[in-house]
Amino acid sequence: MTQWLLILAILLPLASSLGVALAPARLTKSVAVLGTLAALGVTLVAAYVFGWENPAVMQLGMEEPIRWIPSLGLELQVGVDSIALMLVLLTALLGPICVISSFSAIKEREKTYYAWLLVLQAAVTGVFCARDVIFFYICFEFTLIPMFVLISLWGSTNRKKAALKFFLYTFTGSVIALAGLVYVAWFNTHKGNGQAFWTFNIDTLAATARGMPLRDQTWVMFALLAGFAVKVPLFPVHTWLPLAHTEAPTAGSVVLAGVLLKLGTYALLRFVLPFVPDAVVTFAPLIAATCVVGILYGGLICWVQTDVKKLVAYSSIAHLGFCVLGMFALNNAGIAGSVLYMINHGLSTGALFLLIGMVYERYHTRSMKELGGLAAKMPVWSTFMVFFTMASIGLPGLNGFVSEFLCVMGTFQSSTAWGSGIWHSFGHQVGTTRGELGPWFAIIAGTGMIIAAMYLLYMLGKIVWGPLKVPGGHDSHGHDSHGGSDHGALPTDLNLREIGVLVPLAVLCIALGVYPKPLVDVIREPADQIVKLANQSRARIGVVPAPKQAQAPASDRAPGAEHLPGAEHLESLDADMSPAATPEVPQ
Amino acid sequence: MSDRLSFLYPEISLFIGTCVVMVLGLSRTLKMRKASALVAGLAIIVAGYFAIASTPRSGDALCPISGACYAKGVSAAAGQMLLPDMPLFAKTLIAIVSLLLLLPCAGTVDRADESAIARGTRSFDPLRSNRAEFYAFFLFSITGLMLCASADDLVWLFLALELTSLPTYIMVAISTSRNRGREAAVKYFFLGALGAAIFLYGFALIYGGTGSTNFNVIASVIRDQGLNTITLAGLLLAILGVGFKIAAVPMHFYTPDVYEGAAPQVSGFLAFVPKTAGFISILLLAAIAGWAYAPGQSGLGGLFNPAAVTPLRQSADASQLPELLRIMLWVMAALTMTVGNVLAILQTSVKRMLAYSSIAHSGYMLVGVIVGPGDGRFSHNGIAAVLFYLLCYGVMNAGAFAVLAALERRPGKDGEPREIETIADLKGLCATHPQLGWSMVICSLSLLGLPPLLGFFGKLPLFTAGISANEIPLVIILGLNSAIGAYYYLRLAFTPMLEKPDAGAEPIEFAPFFSRRVGAMLSAGGVIILAIFGSPLINEATKAANVPVATPADASADPTDPNQAAKALTPAPRISQR
Repeated sequence: MTQWLLILAILLPLASSLGVALAPARLTKSVAVLGTLAALGVTLVAAYVFGWENPAVMQLGMEEPIRWIPSLGLELQVGVDSIALMLVLLTALLGPICVISSFSAIKEREKTYYAWLLVLQAAVTGVFCARDVIFFYICFEFTLIPMFVLISLWGSTNRKKAALKFFLYTFTGSVIALAGLVYVAWFNTHKGNGQAFWTFNIDTLAATARGMPLRDQTWVMFALLAGFAVKVPLFPVHTWLPLAHTEAPTAGSVVLAGVLLKLGTYALLRFVLPFVPDAVVTFAPLIAATCVVGILYGGLICWVQTDVKKLVAYSSIAHLGFCVLGMFALNNAGIAGSVLYMINHGLSTGALFLLIGMVYERYHTRSMKELGGLAAKMPVWSTFMVFFTMASIGLPGLNGFVSEFLCVMGTFQSSTAWGSGIWHSFGHQVGTTRGELGPWFAIIAGTGMIIAAMYLLYMLGKIVWGPLKVPGGHDSHGHDSHGGSDHGALPTDLNLREIGVLVPLAVLCIALGVYPKPLVDVIREPADQIVKLANQSRARIGVVPAPKQAQAPASDRAPGAEHLPGAEHLESLDADMSPAATPEVPQ
Repeated sequence: MSDRLSFLYPEISLFIGTCVVMVLGLSRTLKMRKASALVAGLAIIVAGYFAIASTPRSGDALCPISGACYAKGVSAAAGQMLLPDMPLFAKTLIAIVSLLLLLPCAGTVDRADESAIARGTRSFDPLRSNRAEFYAFFLFSITGLMLCASADDLVWLFLALELTSLPTYIMVAISTSRNRGREAAVKYFFLGALGAAIFLYGFALIYGGTGSTNFNVIASVIRDQGLNTITLAGLLLAILGVGFKIAAVPMHFYTPDVYEGAAPQVSGFLAFVPKTAGFISILLLAAIAGWAYAPGQSGLGGLFNPAAVTPLRQSADASQLPELLRIMLWVMAALTMTVGNVLAILQTSVKRMLAYSSIAHSGYMLVGVIVGPGDGRFSHNGIAAVLFYLLCYGVMNAGAFAVLAALERRPGKDGEPREIETIADLKGLCATHPQLGWSMVICSLSLLGLPPLLGFFGKLPLFTAGISANEIPLVIILGLNSAIGAYYYLRLAFTPMLEKPDAGAEPIEFAPFFSRRVGAMLSAGGVIILAIFGSPLINEATKAANVPVATPADASADPTDPNQAAKALTPAPRISQR
């Protein structure tokens, strides 16, 4: 039975999408809510039966993969490790939230809207569950269609351009990523382990790809980055994001920020790091540099925004810069922080988009020039707004802090060169982890945290506090009188439905902020594996001089070679770091 | 003798169908006239049946045509075909797709006449009726296409190519009653004649260089004596000329004008039938030279030194076309897809856009030709990729054009219903005509290559084959072009789905022919069904792409004796499929 849970988690939204399309119009919302709740239920059951004692092992797969096109090596298989399962849970949680939060915002073509929203959820779940490169790619690409439809039908004024830009950017990148993945698959049959047939199994390909020479790895890494960095988005290829986020309908932005961006980071974690560790170790400073630039650049642009939604959109660029920075620190703290960041960003930024959508429904503006002092008029809304902004800023005690801190700390520790020298002279043990980044990256990225606090607090100051200002001098009731009956249902402040949508997110923000240990614990093992691979690469290509006893003999180049003598010592140090990094926060 | 004939049963049944259609289409009773389309469909189905049932495969002891033989071992006298298993797959796919192309052809040529007769304003006049000719030419062209697939001789190939294209000129001319159709036909005819002249010249040079028109003999001469300058020039010219049929740059100029001028169902026909004929010919011509050269071998220097361009079949690295040929095809492929896609972006007319997209798709398929058979496995096999892509393209393309054929706008001044012109005409189609709208969405997303639709599974083998042949720059160009293609296919997919019709736009209606709608929906259904259950077809395509490899014993064969030279050929061991 357990082998069908993930399949169900993919198929249930798909089936309810069909149900929405076929059911009579009055049942649309109920079917959509039921479908997403059922998917959430199935996912929770999956989380319950998941063997948490082996979090790094792919679980809950089918007994036999479906052989789709054997001559191309296409097999369908699902499975999740702890990281993927957490992201599946996040997707399933945001599903009903998106549906319920759209009840009042979406008034026309409801069927189409909910049907595509559900298809989107199915596709995203598929990405996280895929064990096969092609199945992954199919789902990865298929997320584009529903998102395109959502943006271009229910978006704001500039929606067509936004949708097209979003589609073309991502599609172009991912086609190149596909070429890179196919190259690895070809390498697998051609020079790898002598298999007669193609396979697109992720684990097999990862093992092969690690055996490729550095030159090939570099090409593959840049091909993969072309696809996944666009999706994240990293600094030079981020330009689709502000437009798409701003123009999308509220639920679209929530899904976009909550899970679609995570497809990029997840793909980096699942494909780039384990596939081409040599190239990653070599180019980590370069990628980290783009992340740092993205953090500062995104932050500075946020500062000058007047559109609240655009501000939050640009803040995503900065936030995901942290996420990827931590990932490329290539140590336990960094990767754990990065994975937590994926979850936390989904929760807090998703909630911020919901809140902005709620104000927009009432006042039809998102401009900071026209809104102000809403605390007086909408106290409940303002409470939530302040709360989630704090989570986003990284206030200790809330979720954002844990992940941001871990990412920056991982970056800080990830050095050997002169960084370690400096800190040794202060008697610190910080520099003992190996890595490519080091304090400078962390310090500059840390400035980004300050900038984040500035622009987000500035935003709060404008729209929550200060003198009351609403468009045209109307209060919301006055607005209703001329705005037509469609918004008449909305009270001045949030109604129960809207509060109900926000509360689960808020509870999770607090829970993950106060006690993130369970999550950090289950991330550690998968993160360990990646760090181990990175350490092997470091020893192998000598980017960082390995400890004496860790000189890898040539035979260790084989993909199967597991432990380097010196690596364990370092890993245990790494492992010691991350729980220590878990802040013991009051409250 | 009857053995040899069985090879031609598909063509023969098509020809019989043609004759019956010619007579039936001129009957005085409406029912009999209507039966002509039915007979055409039946003929195609019977041809498809015979294609599967009676086309021999390599290893069958049949000697079907002009001496070429499916020899068991080397005992048969005359050697075997260059691509001995291709006819089976090619003919089957031709039968399937031409059935899809036939459905939207209902009422193409005699709609005005028939309605006048139905109203009683005129009685039936055999001299004015084109119905018989239209269906007869349709079948003739398919016959030629099937003959192309089984060609083993330059003369045969030339005649088959002409039999494929000559009827299409007339089909373009009579498909609409407007002058635009005639203009398109004239343009198509003259440029087609130019293309034919070029490849005929090439054929003549190949004959001059090798002393034979028989593919086996030519191949064995090349194998033993090297590729001399005249033969190489002949091959280059021949492929360039056949490039007209597949609308490859630089022979693509006619495509948008002709597709725009003809009725959409005929444009759909043009996008598949001559293209398939062209690709089959290019595969055969490339197989003459063989994918058996080392990289860099027979570059420009090889032009003057035939000895340097002897195929090196024994070497593991030798799996390329002769360098000059490869370079030409490489440039053609890169230009064709880029030009097609970039110009398609600029179009507002649906048919012109689809015409440019058809150019681009030819460019994709040329990648497979360059790669060649690889080591025989599907994922490395460019020929199998081309054959499978032809099937994919045929289905999705038939769907897109069938949607256009099934719709029309209100009659204009001349009293004739006008066809869909611009993409803006398609606005809101999914709401007003859901079946056709969604068919259009599915077909254009599939043409875009979006997973999990059929077009993606057509393109994926081109990717894998290209990478396994180390043609990585070409694969990158292919990938980028898919992305460029996204720009206009998205417009085509989402205009029906998302846009609302403009206020005051003239409404679009169903063309009063149910079978056109059926054609569109069948194709769209096929795009989905074949994507899910396409694996058996992929296996068949792999078998079809089997290229026999000559054994080392060839070296001792006397090249001057065609029979003896051909003897040395043995069928390649079939690579087993899991």
